[in-house]
Amino acid sequence: MSGDGTATSWIRTVSRHHLFWPVVALVALWIACGIVSPGFLDIKLVDGHLFGQLVDIARNSVTYMLLALGMCLVIATGGIDLSVGAVMAIALSVSLTYIDGAANGESVSTALTAIALGLAAAAVVGAFNGFLVAGLGIQPFIATMIILVAGRGIALAFTGGQITTTHSAPFKSIGSGFVLGIPTPLVIGGVVFTLVALLVRRTALGMLLESIGINRTASQMAGVRSRNITWLVYVLCGLLAGLAGLVYGAPTMAADANNIGQLMELNAIMAVVIGGTKLDGGKFSLAGTIVGALILTTLDRAVIIFHLPSESKDLFKAIVVIAICIAGSERLRGQLGLRRVPQVPGPPTSPNKPVEVAA
Amino acid sequence: MVSKKMRMRGVAAAVAVLALGLAACSSDSDDTANDDTNATQDSGDGGDSGELIKVGFSQLGAESGWRTANTESVKASLTEENGIDLTFVDAQQKQENQIKALRDFIDQGVDVIAFSPVVQTGWDEVLQEIQDAEIPVVLVDRTVDTTVTDPYATWIGADFKSEGVKAGEWVKENYPDAKIFELQGTLGSGAQVDREAGFDETVGADKILGKASGNFTRAEGKAAMEAALQAYPDMNLLFTHNDDMGLGAIEAIEAAGKVPGKDIVIVSVDGVRDGLQALVDKKFNFVVECNPVFGDQILDAIKKVYAGEDVPKETIVVDATFDQTITQEEVDARPY
Repeated sequence: MSGDGTATSWIRTVSRHHLFWPVVALVALWIACGIVSPGFLDIKLVDGHLFGQLVDIARNSVTYMLLALGMCLVIATGGIDLSVGAVMAIALSVSLTYIDGAANGESVSTALTAIALGLAAAAVVGAFNGFLVAGLGIQPFIATMIILVAGRGIALAFTGGQITTTHSAPFKSIGSGFVLGIPTPLVIGGVVFTLVALLVRRTALGMLLESIGINRTASQMAGVRSRNITWLVYVLCGLLAGLAGLVYGAPTMAADANNIGQLMELNAIMAVVIGGTKLDGGKFSLAGTIVGALILTTLDRAVIIFHLPSESKDLFKAIVVIAICIAGSERLRGQLGLRRVPQVPGPPTSPNKPVEVAA
Repeated sequence: MVSKKMRMRGVAAAVAVLALGLAACSSDSDDTANDDTNATQDSGDGGDSGELIKVGFSQLGAESGWRTANTESVKASLTEENGIDLTFVDAQQKQENQIKALRDFIDQGVDVIAFSPVVQTGWDEVLQEIQDAEIPVVLVDRTVDTTVTDPYATWIGADFKSEGVKAGEWVKENYPDAKIFELQGTLGSGAQVDREAGFDETVGADKILGKASGNFTRAEGKAAMEAALQAYPDMNLLFTHNDDMGLGAIEAIEAAGKVPGKDIVIVSVDGVRDGLQALVDKKFNFVVECNPVFGDQILDAIKKVYAGEDVPKETIVVDATFDQTITQEEVDARPY
């Protein structure tokens, strides 16, 4: 009896974790792909490099992950950053335009300068967003929409309205190269995640972010420098979006300012939300954000693995995302009797209700 | 509270007045625009080559190297020396930008409107407005699907379907037993729909294992191919709706340890320089050209339409095909 009890309570604890349903969905998708297409789950060494569908998924999800990490921090402060897709385009345009104009695109120093310039441009845009939001007190949705609308114009100004295509092996390697057999984007993603996690979880920054998101005025009164912190977060988000743009665009070496990062802001928000962070600010989950990014990438791929017609791709994605959201809905779980019932001393009226509904 | 409410009302009233003012302005400019059109048309009828033909050209954007070459060709041909006063507007691949540009052209009273529609549908209203303003339309490259009767004077462009057919015929002749995977362009675009239809009809639907969209871009072409190599292990021929997706697919094929052009034969449409270079490098096997350099034909059509001469409803740009016998010199001579 007691063994049963601890097992169920363990299952309950796990199933109540905010990452439970997203992880279940991800693993279920992978298993389904593995059944439909044997070999999907294999990871092999080809020419000394890791190779396999899961490696591809991880590599492709780095773009989403970088965007979503920045977005997650912004959302934690109760804000939102709609400009990330446009920032990707700006950063890539700046970098590739520089390489295109440089004397020797193949030199490592040129590539490093290009990366620095692209990231600097992204950080400037992030600082501009932060200035509008924290400095002038404009609503984040509107403030960042300015770059969403105008950002591609800025990127097009750098590329002269054309698709700048250029060559630089060192720059290309940040998107398609390998470090000790591991795809470079994956290494970049891992390093960035570790840095961000250390920054927000090993310092007080994470807690301060949450306090701003939960109640800006109260946190300010408690002595939190909410203005500076909010500003910093937008710069960080811009920087990460710029990095995402470079990683995404580097394999093709083509600065397509019109299309790079198109609708990525929504994908980033989706990854954050799937990962269990609420849009109204406060508590956030960096690990959940990674799961969200992996789910989005897996969905794109699963459509092809399942031999679904391309027309049904968006519908398929929508169904899975809706399913995850419904599974994670607290109200629904409450009605099904899955939700943790507040342990309030007193007449046990509330626990009966869900039972009736379920029955 | 009251003062706040009053202020709100004041703002609302101001907005309303502004809106009225704007409406008046736009109707004014409409009138003058029509007058202008009449004026230039009158002088055009009476005079001769001294007058420049005012042309509004709305390009859909710069989504590919092909489009860039097309834009350059248009700009190089529609010059003042050739008797054209060109207003060129780039729509950045947004239909609303393009509709706005077309309305601006009406307001400016241009003599001829030329445009490459970004999508096929949704043009009814603006085409009707153009027709009401009696401005002839030259459609470039892409077609429209509209309820407006006689919406354009002439259409110049490539026949996407025949490109698909040409690719299909080559496959049928050289690889009759091919197991084909198809990388589609942006779903719903004319190039995707027609190339797919032409190709599928020619090779037969049973030869095609599967399809996926790569949105005409390298990055998405690569991602789709990575998945397709897993999903369709029997595949030995790739038909891609443009070169860029094919170039992305090459990376995916090589990463999987296969040889593009050998293990997986690649047939593509477009013929941009990078694509032809892949032919020289034996990574592509066959490329159907989609020739973007037809500014001279557009110029010719605009002049004829302006002069009121009879023009054929359709002018098809001649497309060549290339296989691996192409030389490096030919590729280097490619302007785009």
